[in-house]
Amino acid sequence: MRYNFKFDIVKNSRKFFILSILITVVGIVTLIYPGLHLGVDFKAGTTLDISAGQAVDKAKAAQLFEEAGFPPSSITIGGNQGDRVTARFDKELQSAEVAKVIDKFKSAYGDKVSYEENTVDTELAKELARKAVYGVLIASLGIIIYVSIRFEWRFAIAAVIALLHDAFIVISLFSIFRLEVNLPFLAAVLTIIGYSINDTIVIFDRIRENMRFARLKTVDDLKDLVNKSVWQTMTRSINTIITVLIGALCLFVLGSESIRLFSLAMVMGLISGAYSSIFIASPLWLLMKRSTIGKKKAAAAAK
Amino acid sequence: MVAKRFIAFLLIVVVTLGAVGLTSPYLVQHIRLGLDLKGGFEILYVAEPIEGGQPVTKESLRQTADALAQRANAQKVAEPEVTPEGTNRIRVRLAGVADQQQLRDILKKPADLTFRGPDGKIEMNGSDFVQNGAKVAFDQYNRPYIELKVKDANKFKDVTTRLLNKPLAIYLDDNQLSAPVVQNVISDGVASITGNYTYDEAKKLADTINLGALPLKLTEKYTQSVGASLGQLSLEQTVRAGVIASILILLFMMFFYRLPGVVASITLIAYTWLLLVVFYLLHATLTLPGIAAFVLGIGMAVDANIITYERIKEEIRSGKSILSALKAGSKNSLRTIMDANITTVLAAIVLYFMGSGAIQGFALTLIFSIVVSIVTNVWLSRWLLTLLIRSNAAKKPAYFGVKESEIHAL
Repeated sequence: MRYNFKFDIVKNSRKFFILSILITVVGIVTLIYPGLHLGVDFKAGTTLDISAGQAVDKAKAAQLFEEAGFPPSSITIGGNQGDRVTARFDKELQSAEVAKVIDKFKSAYGDKVSYEENTVDTELAKELARKAVYGVLIASLGIIIYVSIRFEWRFAIAAVIALLHDAFIVISLFSIFRLEVNLPFLAAVLTIIGYSINDTIVIFDRIRENMRFARLKTVDDLKDLVNKSVWQTMTRSINTIITVLIGALCLFVLGSESIRLFSLAMVMGLISGAYSSIFIASPLWLLMKRSTIGKKKAAAAAK
Repeated sequence: MVAKRFIAFLLIVVVTLGAVGLTSPYLVQHIRLGLDLKGGFEILYVAEPIEGGQPVTKESLRQTADALAQRANAQKVAEPEVTPEGTNRIRVRLAGVADQQQLRDILKKPADLTFRGPDGKIEMNGSDFVQNGAKVAFDQYNRPYIELKVKDANKFKDVTTRLLNKPLAIYLDDNQLSAPVVQNVISDGVASITGNYTYDEAKKLADTINLGALPLKLTEKYTQSVGASLGQLSLEQTVRAGVIASILILLFMMFFYRLPGVVASITLIAYTWLLLVVFYLLHATLTLPGIAAFVLGIGMAVDANIITYERIKEEIRSGKSILSALKAGSKNSLRTIMDANITTVLAAIVLYFMGSGAIQGFALTLIFSIVVSIVTNVWLSRWLLTLLIRSNAAKKPAYFGVKESEIHAL
């Protein structure tokens, strides 16, 4: 057998469950306190993103905001040459007030100053987030129904748990590292869910296929079958995650400043998606499936 | 026969890449870019009835949107996008505005227009007037005056009867703009305001009355403004990142899967192009997260190739001939790919019907990218590979990245 010498995923599954539960628990704790670091989409206020066309000194920027009469609650210097100032105001700036700030920067850094302004009524973003959550829950129900018909209900439950796991891991990591959550983050989480379900089904499909020809007498047979199926699809799992990660990492490193966090969420979610498909979903299915073997065996023994 | 197949293969590749190369510049230039990529600003207004108790009707929302578009047009904004959303929202997208501030003030200008009697009592308000019914006209001495129409002639008759020879002042918010005196009872609903106006003053007053005739009151709920050069920079950086990612993915596929990897690369280029065509045909707007989704979509589309090729490799290893390995591999992998994709599409359809705005856009993109990837990365890929193998151009397992030593005897 080709698969005997490989890492026993099933045997070690407990460790992975614990790891995932740990991240989730820490995530829940940080979600309760201090909570997600909500960006401008979810928190009233204005964000000004100013590109000065040359390197900007933070103290100088702070002074300029001060002179304009609107000291922001936070200033971040970013961009490739440190030429980008992101300022966050807790109050909503009127357009005349924004113009005042920009004029200050223009007088200091010349006409190359360009800016991006975001002012949001949080109700809309919250409504969108709420709809996304309901959408994901109902979509999960749809997935459960479809997979139950095409496969069996245990696969459906395991796949949906893996999917929710991935969404939650990303939310947890963003919460733990206090990364800013905005609307594009929502899009990232939705993409991750799409990837996760796709990735999981491919492995389940192999288990289903192997089940057809397998004679399963003991729980160990079942374990072997799961291990074998996961390893048979391992090259595909790895190659697929490599290609999607190439995309996400390129966007993260080379893409524009505005999608950096979006790309980071993607990178985290894709890794989690691949991880959960291999180390969480299949062992979970096994956990649910193993009792049926015991019953058969008991029934056989009783005869 | 064998050579014919190889020529057919080459022909398909040349035609595909030729079509991509010839039409791409046109597509890229004509795909509608979001504000985050081309600069401009976006405002989401929430409309409320000026007088309480009146519902916001679909019709009045549309009228208001039309009026906003006209106002933006009057300010010489190219292609203003004004779309009513849901029951009471209007989204305005404007690009290439030199003075955003001024335009925003004009759009936002409170449309709280009132006509007040001498005692300050509000006799009429903006919604009593026919939309865009006010205009500047000239009398016989070529002096400008304002002509306006009211919706309810009887109401106007009543007001002008009561206030005959008294001033009926026009207020915008609490600013008195003008205080013409009612000179006769007007019963046909068409009135004129005369005075010592210059043309510009008259024009401004007429515009303001039209603006006041907007049936709904608008509140800015969301604004986003992106400088044109910043948008351009985001576009360049992100597209460059996407191109580099695509090249790396293609190299990876060719290195790992050899001959099928080359086929995968061709189908990936076709995939990207076809998705652009879909975007173009649907007049979809490409935003920054949209490009990101595009790049990730490439990674996900290539999954179909990977699943198929891995399966073919397995079949070759089990001792099958290349052709039968291709047949068995394609057949077995198709079920896997379809099940995985149908599950994802199902989730996307649910999201589409549950969500709104951005979520719907996302769900649609996901659905289209999956459908397109099945056309290119499953169907086209299999067709090309079959032609290649049948032309006997690909006989060795090494072309598929399979070592001879890995092959089991049947």
